[in-house]
Amino acid sequence: MTANQVSVFIENRQGRLGQVLSVLKENDINILSISLADTTEYGLLRLIVNKPTEARDVLLKAGFSSMLTEVLIIKVPHQTGALQKILAVIAENNVSIEYMYGLSVESTDASIVMKTNELDKACKILAGSNIGTLTSKDIEAL
Amino acid sequence: MIWNKEMECMSPEDKKRLQSERLVKLVKYVYDNVEFYRKRMDEYGVKPEDIKSIDDIVKLPYTTKNDLRDTYPFGLFAAPHSDIVRIHASSGTTGKATVVGYTQNDIDVWSECVARCMTMANVTKDDIIQVAYGYGLFTGGLGAHYGAEKLGAMVVPMSTGNSKKLTTMMVDFGATAIACTPSYLLHLSEVLRDEGLLDQIKLKSAICGAEPWTEKMRNEIESRLHVTAHDIYGLSEIMGPGVACDCVHHAGLHICDDHFYPEIIDPKTLEPVADGETGELVFTTLTKEGIPLIRYRTKDLTSITREACECGRTSARISRFKGRSDDMLIIRGVNVFPSQVEAALVEVEEVTPHYMMIIDRENNLDSLEIQVEVDTKYYTDEIRGIEKLTKKISQVIQSALGISAKIKLMGPNTLKRSEGKAVHVIDNRKLY
Repeated sequence: MTANQVSVFIENRQGRLGQVLSVLKENDINILSISLADTTEYGLLRLIVNKPTEARDVLLKAGFSSMLTEVLIIKVPHQTGALQKILAVIAENNVSIEYMYGLSVESTDASIVMKTNELDKACKILAGSNIGTLTSKDIEAL
Repeated sequence: MIWNKEMECMSPEDKKRLQSERLVKLVKYVYDNVEFYRKRMDEYGVKPEDIKSIDDIVKLPYTTKNDLRDTYPFGLFAAPHSDIVRIHASSGTTGKATVVGYTQNDIDVWSECVARCMTMANVTKDDIIQVAYGYGLFTGGLGAHYGAEKLGAMVVPMSTGNSKKLTTMMVDFGATAIACTPSYLLHLSEVLRDEGLLDQIKLKSAICGAEPWTEKMRNEIESRLHVTAHDIYGLSEIMGPGVACDCVHHAGLHICDDHFYPEIIDPKTLEPVADGETGELVFTTLTKEGIPLIRYRTKDLTSITREACECGRTSARISRFKGRSDDMLIIRGVNVFPSQVEAALVEVEEVTPHYMMIIDRENNLDSLEIQVEVDTKYYTDEIRGIEKLTKKISQVIQSALGISAKIKLMGPNTLKRSEGKAVHVIDNRKLY
C-alpha cells in the first residue's frame, strides 16, 4: 500500500532545480506532486511521478543525487477535519511523521504524501482504520 | 633604537666570520648528535671537516618539513631530553604535527631575537604590550611573551578569543603596544570603533605576524589606529616569531642573521639565486641546540638584500613575502595544508575524495568553507540526516586542522574536475 517517491539533493545554485525538471521532461516523466524543503545551503526535492524508478535512474545518470523513498499516499476526503482525523489515528499509535505534502489527483478527493518513522506500523494502522491509500501502480494509472 | 648594536650593526666581514665559526661548530654538532643528519651527510659525501666557512654551506643537504614528519616526534633533536625545557608544535602536512624542542639557551636566544624585533617596532621597557597571539603549542604567544619580558615591557598575556576583554583592557591599562595577527588587529579596530573607544586608546606600536599581509593592510591599520605597524616573521621550525622584523623604515625585514643564516634558492633547481631575485627562503639555525636545522626550506617566497639599512642595522633583509612554493595556507594564523583536509575526509565514509576549500576574508576575519561531494548512496531524503552528516564532517575537520570550517555538501560531480593537477583551493584574500 505504499508508493515510491523520488528524492533529489540539490545544492543551492542557480538553475539547478530547472535542470532536474528538464531531465524529467526530456524523459517524458510526469510530475504529480512536488515538494521542496530548503535550507540556506541546499534543497531536498521530493517528487511523486508516474514512473519513479525510471525518474531516479535518469536523474542519477544526469549527475543528480536521487533516490527512491517509500512513502504513504493517503486519500483525504474534501471534508473539514478529514486530515485531522487521519493524523489523530497515527499519533495515537505513536508513529511520528517526518514530513508531509499535498497531492491532488482526483476532483473529489485530495491526498497527502507522508513519510513516517515506522512505515509498516503506519500501514497497519491505516488499513485497520479503513483509510485509503494510493500505491505506485495507482499513481502510474492516473 | 637598536637592542643589540654589536650584533645588529656588525660589519659584513665580522658577520661573515661569526657566521662561519658558528656554522662549522653547528655542522659538527648535528653530525655528532643527530643520526638523521649523519646519514644524510654521509649519503651526500660531505663531512663536517669539509665545512670551513659560511660559503661552504652550499655543500650541505637541505632539510624539509617532510623530514620532520618522518622523524616525528623527536628524531631531529640534537640535545638530550633532559636539556629540553620546552616543546612547540605546528601543523604537519598530514595527520602528525611538526614538533620542535628548545633548550634553555634556545629560549634565551629566541627572547633576545624577539626583543630585537620589538625594539625595531619602537617598543621599550616603558611600554605596556598586549600579546594576543595564541598561547600554547603555537609559538606566537609564548614567543612574543618571553621577548617582551626580556625587553622589560609590561606584558599582558591576552592570548586569543576575547576581543571585548582585550579592548576593555587596552583602554583601562593604557596599552601602548600589541602583538597579534594583522587581520585580527583590523578586526579589533572595528570592535574599538563600534564601542566608541577609538579615541581612548594609547596604542603606538603594533607587531603583526603569523600570516602574510599586504602594504595596503599596513596602511589601513596605521590610519585606523594611529600606530606604526611592523611585520614580524618566524616559523616554529626555525624558532618562532622573531626570526625577522621590519624597522621604522619598512624597507624589508631584518633577519637576526647571527642566529639564522638565510639563503634564497630556486625552488625548482634548488640552486642559489642572486640577491634581489625572488626565490625560496632557506634557513640554517646557526646557534640552535634543541633542534638545529640545516638549510631548512621554508617554502616562503621572497628576495634578499644585504645592503645596510638607513636605521644603521647591517643585517640581511628580506622583502615582503610573495607567496609560497608549496600549497600551505595560513588561515586565522594557523598553517593549513590541503593534504590535511584530504587525509581527514578519507576518514569519513560518506564523502568522495572530491573537495574544494574556499578561503575568504569577511570583516577582516578569515573564513574557510569546505565543499565536499557526498557519495550518492549516502544521501538521505531527510534534512536532519544531512545536517547530521554536515556536523560529523565539521567535527572531523576541526580536529584535524585546529580551526573550524563551514561544511557545504555538494551533489555528485558538481565540483569542478581539473585536468592534470587537481585544484582544491580558492583563496579570495589576495594576500600577496
